[in-house]
Amino acid sequence: MTGRAGRAFALAILLLGHALADDIPANQRLSGHDMMGAEAQAMQRDDFANPAMLAVKEGEALWKAAPGEGRPSCQSCHGDAAESMKGVAARYPARDASTGRAFDLPGQIQACQTGRQAVAPSARESAALLALEAYLSLQSRGMPLASPRARGLEDAVLRGEKLYRQRFGQLDLSCAQCHSQNWGRSLGGTRIPQAHPTGYPLFRMEWQAIGSLQRRFRNCMTGIRAEPFPAGAPEWVDLEIYLKERAADMAMDAPGVRP
Amino acid sequence: MATAMILLPRTTIRAGDVVMIKAMISHPMETGFRRTDTGGEIPRNIIRQFSCRYAGEIVFSCNFHPAIAANPFLSFPVLAARSGPLEFVWRGDNGFLHREQAMLQVAAS
Repeated sequence: MTGRAGRAFALAILLLGHALADDIPANQRLSGHDMMGAEAQAMQRDDFANPAMLAVKEGEALWKAAPGEGRPSCQSCHGDAAESMKGVAARYPARDASTGRAFDLPGQIQACQTGRQAVAPSARESAALLALEAYLSLQSRGMPLASPRARGLEDAVLRGEKLYRQRFGQLDLSCAQCHSQNWGRSLGGTRIPQAHPTGYPLFRMEWQAIGSLQRRFRNCMTGIRAEPFPAGAPEWVDLEIYLKERAADMAMDAPGVRP
Repeated sequence: MATAMILLPRTTIRAGDVVMIKAMISHPMETGFRRTDTGGEIPRNIIRQFSCRYAGEIVFSCNFHPAIAANPFLSFPVLAARSGPLEFVWRGDNGFLHREQAMLQVAAS
């Protein structure tokens, strides 16, 4: 019976923690980079050892190449990415003025592909889209994440926070229970990070590949045995907006390396 | 389509110096031991062999095996003698072939 009582007690503590619902104080926020081991940090710091830089190189080539005969390249509209895209990734997701819809960075790239370049958009999680995303994110490296609330995305922040605190799946866990209330503790041999999306897209050693924030979300969802939202779903964008509000002013370290 | 990066020392190289060459290539290095969600086999797709020629002569080569991680990163020393081209070749499953070139500049002493 002690086990059962213990579990009930633990549940009560969790519920209490949830009810208080105060998140990590700003001065205690740590990025995934801050929380990982020294070897992985060294791998990320060295642009030559960071495998995500291969995607950056590919992304630079895609940025400059016309997608087809007579179609504009990214560069022919936007110019040199090192100038025009500086700080742009730090301001995404952003609201599209004409449709009122919030786009994350890959969503915006897809919108440009269909709207401006008149080509079929690169699929989510495809090598081409990740490469462009990595190349654009690099242009914001070291810059603070801009607060989505300050950019008029208050409604999405609130929807995202609701998702963050909602319990999902057979394990009946919310994002907050791990990443706000139990960060720093062990989950099957790995440390639970605080879930600040500063380094995406990033090379995850577990994946042996570069992947997007939505891939990370999907991993968490299947981990708690919940059905993930489909790729590109507005729920993911809302969640990303909330996480970026939560991580506002933290420095971007994309494209990162994570264990 | 693979992407590769070659890094040579940025310092001045003189004849007789031992220089470290770094080479990284994008490749999934699929082991062939994994299966899909439905139990189907994921066929092996790895790089099998790497070689580096310095002025036409092989100075480093190695074989790869399934346990090597994706995006293999190699670092090896070369004794600099005189300026010459470095040619890197990766060969692998499914006819994979990727070449890169770099120039090793050796300063006159």
